[in-house]
Amino acid sequence: MRLPCPYCGVRDAHEFSYLGDAAPRRPDPAAPDAADAFHDYVYLRDNPAGAIRELWYHGAGCRRWIVVDRDTRTHAIAGATFASGSASGDAS
Amino acid sequence: MSRLSEGGLIDRSKPLAFSFDGKAMRGYAGDTLASALLANDVRLVGRSFKYHRPRGIFSSGSEEPNALVELRDGARREPNSRATVVELYDGLSAASQNRWPSLDFDIQSVNGLLGPLLGAGFYYKTFMWPAALWEKLYEPLIRRAAGLGRAAEAPDPDSYDRSFAFCDLLVIGGGAAGLMAALTAGRSGARVILADEDFRFGGRILAERAEIDDAPSLAFVERAVAELAALPNVRLLPRTTVFGAYDGGTFGALERVADHLPLPPAFTPRQRYWKIVAKRSLLCAGAIDRPIVFGGNDRPGVMSAQALRTYAVRYAANPGKRAVVFANNGYAWSAAFDAAEAGVDIAAIVDVRPEAPPIQLERAKRRGVRVIQGGQVVATSGRLLSSVTVRSATGEEKIAAEVLAISGGSSPNVGLTSHFGGKPVYRADIAGFVPGACPPGMRVAGAARGDYSLARCLAAGAAEAAEAVSELGFSAYATPVPQARDNAITVTPFWHVPGSRGPAFVDLQNDVTAKDITIAHTEGFRAVELLKRYTTLGMATDQGRTSNVTGLAMMAVLTGQDVGATGTTLFRPPYTPVALGAIAGHHRGKDFRATRPTPTHDWARAQGAVFVEAGLWLRAQYFPRPGETDWLETVNREVTATRTGVGLIDVSTFGKIDIQGPDAGAFLDRVYINTFSTLPVGRARYGVMLREDGIVMDDGTTSRLGERHYLMTTTTANAAKVYQHLEFCLQVLWPELDVQMASVSEQWAQISIAGPQARAVLEQVVDGLDVSNAALPYMGVAQGTVLSGVAARIFRVSFSGELGYEIAVPARQGRRLAEALMAAGAPFGITPYGTEALGVMRIEKGHVSGNELNGQTSARDLGLGRMASTKKDYVGRVLSQRPAFLEEGRVSFVGFKPVNPGDRLRAGAHFLPHGRSGTTANDEGYMTSVAFSPLLGHWIGLGLIARGTERIGESVRAYDPVRGGDIPVEICHPAFVDPEGERLRV
Ligand SMILES: [Zn+2]
Repeated sequence: MRLPCPYCGVRDAHEFSYLGDAAPRRPDPAAPDAADAFHDYVYLRDNPAGAIRELWYHGAGCRRWIVVDRDTRTHAIAGATFASGSASGDAS
Repeated sequence: MSRLSEGGLIDRSKPLAFSFDGKAMRGYAGDTLASALLANDVRLVGRSFKYHRPRGIFSSGSEEPNALVELRDGARREPNSRATVVELYDGLSAASQNRWPSLDFDIQSVNGLLGPLLGAGFYYKTFMWPAALWEKLYEPLIRRAAGLGRAAEAPDPDSYDRSFAFCDLLVIGGGAAGLMAALTAGRSGARVILADEDFRFGGRILAERAEIDDAPSLAFVERAVAELAALPNVRLLPRTTVFGAYDGGTFGALERVADHLPLPPAFTPRQRYWKIVAKRSLLCAGAIDRPIVFGGNDRPGVMSAQALRTYAVRYAANPGKRAVVFANNGYAWSAAFDAAEAGVDIAAIVDVRPEAPPIQLERAKRRGVRVIQGGQVVATSGRLLSSVTVRSATGEEKIAAEVLAISGGSSPNVGLTSHFGGKPVYRADIAGFVPGACPPGMRVAGAARGDYSLARCLAAGAAEAAEAVSELGFSAYATPVPQARDNAITVTPFWHVPGSRGPAFVDLQNDVTAKDITIAHTEGFRAVELLKRYTTLGMATDQGRTSNVTGLAMMAVLTGQDVGATGTTLFRPPYTPVALGAIAGHHRGKDFRATRPTPTHDWARAQGAVFVEAGLWLRAQYFPRPGETDWLETVNREVTATRTGVGLIDVSTFGKIDIQGPDAGAFLDRVYINTFSTLPVGRARYGVMLREDGIVMDDGTTSRLGERHYLMTTTTANAAKVYQHLEFCLQVLWPELDVQMASVSEQWAQISIAGPQARAVLEQVVDGLDVSNAALPYMGVAQGTVLSGVAARIFRVSFSGELGYEIAVPARQGRRLAEALMAAGAPFGITPYGTEALGVMRIEKGHVSGNELNGQTSARDLGLGRMASTKKDYVGRVLSQRPAFLEEGRVSFVGFKPVNPGDRLRAGAHFLPHGRSGTTANDEGYMTSVAFSPLLGHWIGLGLIARGTERIGESVRAYDPVRGGDIPVEICHPAFVDPEGERLRV
């Protein structure tokens, strides 16, 4: 598999580490339901057959966390963005 | 000799000696082992997998089901080599396999006892029998009887390489279509790779007598290859099988770099595993002949019509004295004519069709070849084929023949097209499966698409390549397509001769018969995937390339469905077998992973150190001295010397992460359970970080080097993992924090000196830096220079529990620093120690380490719960408060000592209350770390036990059934040495 790192370009999947679904957001730790929310955040994942946005880490490259749009059925990759949300490749 | 007197693409000026089953023979450069065997009159080549039936050579390509041999000897012995693709070299030795005692006389075949046991579904039916019988009787019997070749028992002495390549167009197969494709794409300027599994480009052209542009077709091949070789943007990979299509246009390919040589030349691998990334690919893999099923169709001498033609035309090897051709299509007729032209005596062409096309009949008549229309072969005879019995309208007739060339039609080589799950589609007009949905970016041209005409192969190769490179922005100008003439080929589906006599084989390699298909049908295993698994049809090393279509077509006949609706099983990578050695490449033995020596590695080796792998590193484990009889004696000396004087160890392997920025302190507060934003500049603090699920991830000291500058240390093993985690926190969780990080683990050599004399040693290497207790107290950090101008950071931290300093210098100065410290410490008897002594001292001190940070323990379990700040949030805080983590009966971290001081403790022992049996229900915890303490004179341990801190002084059983240990131990405080930490602060 090859992943389009927004900073490095298209690179072999061996350069990346996989984390999983990018959708869960770390909950507010001060919220009254924090315990339940964190349980869901840590343990519950959808397992879609189809499009998913997922987190990969380019450890053998620019060391950026990126969000990859992938289809789990075909491994077709529609694109990738920085997980930090910044549009450019400039980490600073 | 059955070598034809002229012709063939063999070099008669280069004779090669080889042996088969010990018998000396001769072939020529350009031969395969199979063609050379046939030229030496060898017709019996092996014994079949299950029934030990004598088998010969069936095909002339990589689809060969029968002629599997052991190649080479000793450590290089390679089982299951297909003789049809083994390129002959001088001195080659090959042996038949799966026969006993000899190829000619095989007892297993004679007694035939196992036959009834091994029919369709035998795996399942045999398992139904009493288990005891299976294990003791049937399995050993079947294992001895059924099988392929023997793997070499010694390590492979050759090397295997791995390479990466990138191209615009990968052309798979260098026949008529492939060559035209490569030419077209190459001329457009696109980067092209042309790979062919054969050692010679040309594909079918090498074996067919045809004309291209009114000249022998070989001339076209030579011109094309010469032009391609001269194009700088084209890479030719002969002897290279593209075996798999993978995601993102990635292909696996195996290049047999030196398999055709007696030994690989110096600095040359035997094989090279290519990872090819191609923007587009074009499959031009051709097609193969498939057999017709009839009784006695496995006798040595029965081969595909394509094989007969190839051996006669390409190799000038005559496979037998007289040949009968049995077919349902016109392609086999031209094969017969080509073979006849080359010098093979064609006794008859038997065609199942009542009326063959007139043009074929005319050609046969012109050559004087007898034709039997509407005929079927119903039996064969001879241990090696001597005659065939043909049934036709005029009755049965026995025809003497040593070769029976059969063709039930062509099967396009669609293998790679289905690697992404694309199902091949049946085309009734050619009675064959053609590619369905292909992997992204893949096109197919020529015979692989069911387009068998030479003229159309040439045109399609050019056209498909032009389209593929146009998509990438190259302008492929109209390459003139060479002209070829060939007749339309017709085929009438025909699979199986009903009422023929003798076992009729569908899958020659796995010995699946027509009867097995019938049994599978009767017993309800009718879907193709079930048929495959029940009968093992197509599950051999050849993946059923010559048998699948026929087998499922026969099932279709039985079920009354048409072949297309019955469908076919999918091919999976690899297209042909790939040796594990080639996939492993250089990653074996010591090279399995890179070796990371520490900055003082060479120095430590000179000191006689024994090394151990620690994480990714190689570290000094201990430093034996002459006269010491075992490692424990050495380690005891190293510990004692450190605790009473001073010791030295390289701790460069700890992960070091440089963290800077206005928000660095706030960031650390969020990743550690304790607080770092309040840490004064010039101080270090021990920190613990959790995973978000509340389990401890790692620990280490982090120092504040400046207002906005911290240096984190991690454990050796978790350095990369922690760094990745911090990047996650920074980029994904809190991108608003203004923090920068870099791993500096490799940039700094760090050497620890510890012991009562440590300061006295340190004072001699620093450049006038005040390292007194007042200026550099415990957990203080100083920056300056050492050794007259070498930048250094000095951390007053300790893992051993003694007065200790870690001195960091640029990595290249590490050895110099170690030597300077050794010289400075010589008057104090400074002693280098390794990871063993370090481990002993940390256990004596009761520090947690990797054994305790085992992915199951919380900070509270490890007695570190009080470090956790209650004034802030941090990763893992919320879930570390889950009820299960706070349960009263949960384990806690304590020390253990043997009740009888002579007893040895074992890590991994489980704790049981006295008087209780060793069951899971009574399990109270386990020992995580043990060491012999030279200070105390007995073994000590650390471990996790239920409510441990409340049970100090209590005795429990340390139960170790694996090693037969069961001793009483006393629970104690985990710090065996200096629990108040006084030694650290002097
Ligand atoms: Zn990158």
